[in-house]
Amino acid sequence: MTLSSVSDVDTSSPKHLRGRYAIAGVGETAYMRGSEYSTRSLATWAVKNAMEDAGLAPGDIDGMLSYSGNDSVFAPFVAGDLGIRLNFYMDVHGGGSSTEALIGIAIGVIEAGMCKTVAIFRSMNGYSQVRIGGTGARSAVPINGDQIHHRAYGWQSAGQMFAPTFLRHMYDYGTTPEQVAAVKVAHSKHASNNPKAYYKNRLTVDDVVGSRIICKPLHLLDCCVETDNATCVIVTRLDRARDCRNPPAVIQSVVGRCCKPRIDMHYQHGPISTVAGHYAKDILFPNAGVTPEDIDLTGSYDAFTFTTMLQLEDYGFCKKGEGGDYVSSGIIELGGKRPNNTSGGHLCEGYTHGMNMVIENTRQLRGQVDDSCPVGPDGRKQHTYDYSEGGCRQVKDVELTANLGWAMPGTGSAMIMTKDAR
Amino acid sequence: MPLQGEYMGMMLTVDDVDRENREFFSWCDKGEFRLQRSPESGLLRYPPTTACPWSTDREYEWVPVEGKGTVHSYVEVHHPIQPAFREKVPYMILLVDLDTQKGEPSEHEALRVAGNLVTADGEFVPPETIGSVGIGTRVRMVFSKVADGFSLPQWTVDEDAEQPEAPWRYPQE
Repeated sequence: MTLSSVSDVDTSSPKHLRGRYAIAGVGETAYMRGSEYSTRSLATWAVKNAMEDAGLAPGDIDGMLSYSGNDSVFAPFVAGDLGIRLNFYMDVHGGGSSTEALIGIAIGVIEAGMCKTVAIFRSMNGYSQVRIGGTGARSAVPINGDQIHHRAYGWQSAGQMFAPTFLRHMYDYGTTPEQVAAVKVAHSKHASNNPKAYYKNRLTVDDVVGSRIICKPLHLLDCCVETDNATCVIVTRLDRARDCRNPPAVIQSVVGRCCKPRIDMHYQHGPISTVAGHYAKDILFPNAGVTPEDIDLTGSYDAFTFTTMLQLEDYGFCKKGEGGDYVSSGIIELGGKRPNNTSGGHLCEGYTHGMNMVIENTRQLRGQVDDSCPVGPDGRKQHTYDYSEGGCRQVKDVELTANLGWAMPGTGSAMIMTKDAR
Repeated sequence: MPLQGEYMGMMLTVDDVDRENREFFSWCDKGEFRLQRSPESGLLRYPPTTACPWSTDREYEWVPVEGKGTVHSYVEVHHPIQPAFREKVPYMILLVDLDTQKGEPSEHEALRVAGNLVTADGEFVPPETIGSVGIGTRVRMVFSKVADGFSLPQWTVDEDAEQPEAPWRYPQE
């Protein structure tokens, strides 16, 4: 009998695409509830904003990618609306962890000569149509075959599905609700300096642990916000990106939907308090040629406070088991050593299945985060680096960022970006 | 004919071609918990799948397995999603390490079988029972009928087992 070697990853192949591709443009709609726009209209709005951000015309885009869970619009319709003729498109199934994975696919298809510039969007009415929390339409669908092993037990929403991992982490390592609540506190502070965030109010640890229990260990305020919005990033070769309106965010490495063994029932393969980042880190950091210590800013997916903590830990930003200490130490706050989700993320800014965190890190690398700081005569933000409420959220001297996308404990994606050295 | 029945306000269906799930739930309806075992690796697996993840063996036999184990982790739901669960909150989903094949084929692996915490008669338990169950609690399997030939595995506290003095519970209680 041969045991499978699923834990092995290939980190020996040449890193010849490191630093060759970039995010050339980013854009989004407002973060809303009750948007009164179709997902097609929202997508068009976000893609157009990203094109304007990049200074690209419809004829400059010839590839399009989108992801959804049957709650969005097909990419070629959005392209057609904007007069974009496509040489490549693909609409894939999936939610969180898709952004970085699709950026990797975009690099691959451009490298293969299939097209030259790809717009990637996620459009969703996550509050007013197909609710991300799983109530309404999502709870009413028929339950077939493999799904019976969980949904028949009232085990269905993201929070319910992930709770055994979260609780087991508390059991294995003594992680406390108050430590994890610090993630929400940090992200709420960041959101208070983000004029476009859906929730801008600053919260305390007591606010979080005092809010009602959704399913243990998740309080209401440990959970992300449901919003209606679309987001877009444009990927192209670095030399093309350098001709665009804004400085490129250069892609150093990318990991797409890296999995723990047996994700149909990943709990069979312990420790269940370990998540896919444990595997993804061995692709992410060697391919970029850096270590966690080198990263200035993280975008660790915050569907829940716990997901941010678990990923920072398994990607090696702290020792295994010390995630609770790490997120409650002040390190992840603006002004701390390595802030996380400086836009407020999914907990506060809006829920986009990961893309707004890539948009935020792109703007951070440009030094042009859209906070309340004044705009100078050169049209650029005059950042104060005063992180008090309603103030600045630009991090000083950002060189390297990491995005850590999450689909579930068993699947994650990630990306490292840097400033253009030119 | 597919296996089909309404359970907790939900229509559950196992298609004819879904051999593995069909056989699994049919055994449950006979009051027997059986899992697939690969003749090649000799290892059991859960939930039903189409090959052995340790040997890629597509052949399998259904082997009776003792429905006893220890709670590895759990979910305690206070805000339900599916409408019929509204009357049942709080309710628990247990993830149970079976005694059989625990720690095999590697240290942290186990057959971790899900189910609701129910009474010995298969009813959802009252809140005071929920408060006494946590990581480490010893449980035994019972079955809930969905339709003819179709039952679901569930878990109840094992009255005959030696229980931990204080099973681990979420700390903020």
